[in-house]
Amino acid sequence: MSVKTYVQAIRETMRDEMRRDEKVFVMGEDVEVLGGIFGATRDLVKEFGPDRIRNTPISEAGFISAGLGAACAGMRPIVELMYMDFALVAGDSLINQVAKTRYIFGGKARVPLVIRGQQGVGRGNAATHSQSVEAIFMHFPGFKLAMPSTPADAAGLLRTAIRDDNPVIVIEHKALYITKGEVPDDPDFMIPFGKANIVRSGKDVTVIATHTYVKKALDVAEKLAQEGIDVEVIDPRTLVPLDIATLTDSVRKTGRAVIVHEAHRTGGIGAELASQIYELAFPYLDAPIERLGAKSCPLPFNLGLENAVVPQPDDIVRAIKRTLHLKEA
Amino acid sequence: MKKGILATEELLNIYEMMNLIRDFEMQAVSFFEGNVLRGSVHLCIGQEATPASVCQLLRPDDYISSTHRGHGHCLAKGADPGKAMAELMGKDTGYCRGRGGSMHIADVESGNLGANAIVAGGVAIAVGAALASQMQQNGRVAVSFFGEGATNEGVFHEALNLASVWKLPVIFVCENNGYGISVPAWQSTSVKDVSQRAQAYDMEGVTVDGNDVMAILPVVKNAIDKARSGGGPTLIECKTYRWLGHWTGDPQPYRTREEVDDWKKKCPIKRMRKALLELGVSEKEIGERERKAKERIDAAADFALKSPEPDPAHVLDNVFFEEEGIR
Repeated sequence: MSVKTYVQAIRETMRDEMRRDEKVFVMGEDVEVLGGIFGATRDLVKEFGPDRIRNTPISEAGFISAGLGAACAGMRPIVELMYMDFALVAGDSLINQVAKTRYIFGGKARVPLVIRGQQGVGRGNAATHSQSVEAIFMHFPGFKLAMPSTPADAAGLLRTAIRDDNPVIVIEHKALYITKGEVPDDPDFMIPFGKANIVRSGKDVTVIATHTYVKKALDVAEKLAQEGIDVEVIDPRTLVPLDIATLTDSVRKTGRAVIVHEAHRTGGIGAELASQIYELAFPYLDAPIERLGAKSCPLPFNLGLENAVVPQPDDIVRAIKRTLHLKEA
Repeated sequence: MKKGILATEELLNIYEMMNLIRDFEMQAVSFFEGNVLRGSVHLCIGQEATPASVCQLLRPDDYISSTHRGHGHCLAKGADPGKAMAELMGKDTGYCRGRGGSMHIADVESGNLGANAIVAGGVAIAVGAALASQMQQNGRVAVSFFGEGATNEGVFHEALNLASVWKLPVIFVCENNGYGISVPAWQSTSVKDVSQRAQAYDMEGVTVDGNDVMAILPVVKNAIDKARSGGGPTLIECKTYRWLGHWTGDPQPYRTREEVDDWKKKCPIKRMRKALLELGVSEKEIGERERKAKERIDAAADFALKSPEPDPAHVLDNVFFEEEGIR
């Protein structure tokens, strides 16, 4: 084990995979000399050269479709999106092309393509650079979808993504890049897709959280432990495939669920997770499932306003208490 | 014997392919009108010269990306007409096992990265295949076929810029048939010749009579040779005309009978036939190729008709490679 930052874990995983397989290469905006604006490819060009750490023009649709073509033609591209918001510029390339190629070709193509980038609030980037887009990629079939919340997950999920023969969207979070954690040194360290992480065991309430909300939920759980409330925290880690069994097993045990994410609550992944839990574990529920997410409002620039839109730790506390039918909620 | 850049045998291959494409399309019309086919079927009758010429000059391991009007590209790149017709019918024996249909026929094994139902959708995919060729140094080139309408899409600009910046082994082949559904090119496109747009990418651009095989061949040959030897991309515009509507059932209020009839006089197949005769090829040899094409399409139609429907029990297969455990 070594202590690494989240972004370092990403960088070193890409480095190790590029050493292991010469078909792996990275392309994206400013990835070469600058190393990406968050440093995910910093200094990699020194080892691999500008062919494999490849600067692209600001042409998201073009270089994502090119990634698809290169993947069909034997390469294993990792395409960096500077902001996941920019995926929307390349909607056709992603949703009509990348996601559908294998299926509409009758299963006769393999598309080993990783699209990775960061999303979310925390750096005052305002409405078009702070969104959470995972629901789109969960909705349209054809993508695997990973959302690492720790440095270890960032390394293990990204390695699995790079070695997968399918299009994988890896959504990172900008506020997590500088966070630190233990990462296994094993050069083959992989986290299987479709395996949720029970981050904290508890018997009273299940909190399902992604990205920065995993840590926030843990902090809330520690606080509530002092009030005698035992919270289980689960990070699904991948939304496609989704480990619904671990989520429903937990809910069958606790009888209560709170789902919290940064993306807009309306039509967010929480709605899908809640529906699936209702379908599979309704008789075990002692309270309606609580869903927390951003209000239906573009993300404002001002920090105070931004905080007013996305869920806060106190919102998680109140939601947990509502599921427990506690008066102070 | 070699006539220009190709031997007579190769020119006859092109002629046979043009006939094969024409007969395939006529068979598709007949099936559509007989309710054997459904869905979006876009036919390339009148445009056979370009796919047949370009693909004759490609290696089997070269790549193409194609369009919604892609039957000709697919056949010319080496597809089996039976599997292609079966795909038009949505049969299990089709290239995409009935999942893709006319607008998505693909055969990655023969280098066909797919028809593409999104206008300009395949252009950057071909660029990516060319990038892979360049990185793997395997000498393969990629050809992207598209219509003039695609050149007004944003991703067309992105793709050509990318190809030029990276000097990729790709040939952009625009089949300018004069109309984007009903909208004439003069109303939609800022330049008279699409090849003018090459200038914007510091790329060679050539316009050629797209109904004249003998005119297309040297231009495409140069572009392929250049691409294969590291000289980068070329934009070739082949001016042509689609004889039928945009789709089967298009009432075509946007053009006159006279205009269509004028273009039919420039039939690329008749023209190639004449060129072959002038080169001393006998009526007998030409007739044999015509018969062969017709026989292959008859057999293809028969194969497709007799093929089974896909089993709905397998409808979820192949969303992913090794899809076990995916919900």
